Amino acid sequence: MVSTSSVGGVAPVGLRATGATRRRLLVQRLVRALFGMAAALTVGITVLIVVSLVLPAIQFFQEVSLGEFFGSTTWAPLFKPARFGVWPIVAGTVWVMVISLLVSIPFGLGVAVYLSEYANRRVRAIIKPILEILAGIPTVVLGFFALFFVTPELVARFWPVGNVSTFSGLSAGIVVGVMIIPTVASLAEDAMTSVPRGLREGGYALGATRREVATSIVFPAALSGIVAAIVLAGSRAIGETTIVLIAAGSKPSLTWNPAEQMQSMASFIGFAGIGDQSTGSTGYLTIFAVGLFLFAITLVLNVISIRAVRRFRQVYE
Amino acid sequence: MNDVVPPDLRTGVSFRRRVVSAVFRVFLWISLGVALGTLAALLIDIGTEGWSRLNWDLIKNMPSARPRRAGIQSAILGSLWVVGTTALISLPLGIAAAIYLEEFAARDRWYNRLIELNIQNLASVPSVVYGILGLAFIARGPLDLGFTVITAALILTLVVLPTVVIASREALRAVPSSLRQGSLALGATEWQTVYRQVLPAAVPGIATGSILSTSRALGESAPLLLTGALTFVTFNPEGFTSPYTVLPLQIFRYISEARTEFRPLAAAASVVLLVVLLLMNSAAIGIRNRFEKKL
Repeated sequence: MVSTSSVGGVAPVGLRATGATRRRLLVQRLVRALFGMAAALTVGITVLIVVSLVLPAIQFFQEVSLGEFFGSTTWAPLFKPARFGVWPIVAGTVWVMVISLLVSIPFGLGVAVYLSEYANRRVRAIIKPILEILAGIPTVVLGFFALFFVTPELVARFWPVGNVSTFSGLSAGIVVGVMIIPTVASLAEDAMTSVPRGLREGGYALGATRREVATSIVFPAALSGIVAAIVLAGSRAIGETTIVLIAAGSKPSLTWNPAEQMQSMASFIGFAGIGDQSTGSTGYLTIFAVGLFLFAITLVLNVISIRAVRRFRQVYE
Repeated sequence: MNDVVPPDLRTGVSFRRRVVSAVFRVFLWISLGVALGTLAALLIDIGTEGWSRLNWDLIKNMPSARPRRAGIQSAILGSLWVVGTTALISLPLGIAAAIYLEEFAARDRWYNRLIELNIQNLASVPSVVYGILGLAFIARGPLDLGFTVITAALILTLVVLPTVVIASREALRAVPSSLRQGSLALGATEWQTVYRQVLPAAVPGIATGSILSTSRALGESAPLLLTGALTFVTFNPEGFTSPYTVLPLQIFRYISEARTEFRPLAAAASVVLLVVLLLMNSAAIGIRNRFEKKL
């Protein structure tokens, strides 16, 4: 019988580390360190984001008081005299987010329920790639569509209040909402398909219809995944720049009529960036202050979303 | 047997519940209709608006403030340069990070968990924020590379890197662990196992993810708005340090021109961009379908 005792360094001759093996182990260690550095680099990116936002933002708040930033209601940082009341662009951001969620939540979840509970394999194989194409349409093209189609053909025709001009926050919000439908649909569908089959079968055995199984059994069971999808959708809507910049115009306004021209925080950043502010000017620093604000909001939303997903994974894996 | 059951119990559904079911089904179709209908409307709108300008002149001519002569040549070549460079930087980095996290890293270490959480978060940072970082750190500030091809590529690398990592990790995770165990049992090191067994098996998945990430870089406009490529660039890029424009920015430029003659031009350029993206997407989907059948 061959001895199998390689414990304590008494490895059989063939298994002892020869020169070639040592080289292989060295390569292994080298590759591991190198790839680990690539992974660690991603943490460096976050640090870089925070540093490059916070430092100029601090400088900004030395020039503009927090009282003026949060306490006044006129936003005109690139004009003379400059005004730094942030609420108009916060309002624009909230409008775009709310409108886009009103579009993407019901229809995104509708698509998700359809794909997960109603469609057969063949239909799914056709629809899912089409949704991916929708998700992959560049925002600049969606902006074109919002400005030259949705505003004149839909919003200007059917919106009952006030006169709709060239630019409209409503059009921007609608198109951002449609852009997000595939995201909501795919995340919510993932959550719903990972609900165990047994729950559905139990429902059917009790005589439930397909609709009842979908809305009363699968939907609640997948709720935390669905919440994660919605929160992520909100975060995408808040950060969307190009569509809002093209379709909603660049005039900040505190308004109750969503069809009017408006500016969001993200679209302000784009707008100010195009203007090519000279380094160190207050206009230039404003980009960073607003950017920090935007980053902080989406960071909170992302963490909520990641947590929600984790909770739902713990239950069903 | 069936005949004994009263009709209501045989179908199992009362009239009211059947109506609710039907209404719900209609709602689902409407949801699908909104998504697919908007896509169709968009494609038709762009196609009809851009039709008059879809010809070789569009591709041959340089961007210009005179709409009759304006084209997108430097934008197409600019996109090729920028997106090519982005792929060269982001794909090796992203795939390496994915291999580390999926194959080498000990899951229970805090720093590995931190890296994972961090990548998930980076994936949903608004892309315009990367533009701010690029403006402060790459175009100006410490790196001071100016508004050039390499600046744009570095910014887009930041934008797509998390997506590359996440997609590559999924592809690696799909490789059955028996393959790894077999290789390790034969005395291969972890790296040899990854290089000779896991990677070849994961190549289709990684390729799909890589193509989709690259196509995202191709369509991205927001972060590049900040690194000021919005003037008419009337020459093609010649290297990493050339000034540039890319297709999405050129489209943005034409949309923001007040004169309506620029509208068909913007639409035609959009058609070109969409066709390239569609080709890339179908390549990715094709690779994935072929791969799925094999499993």
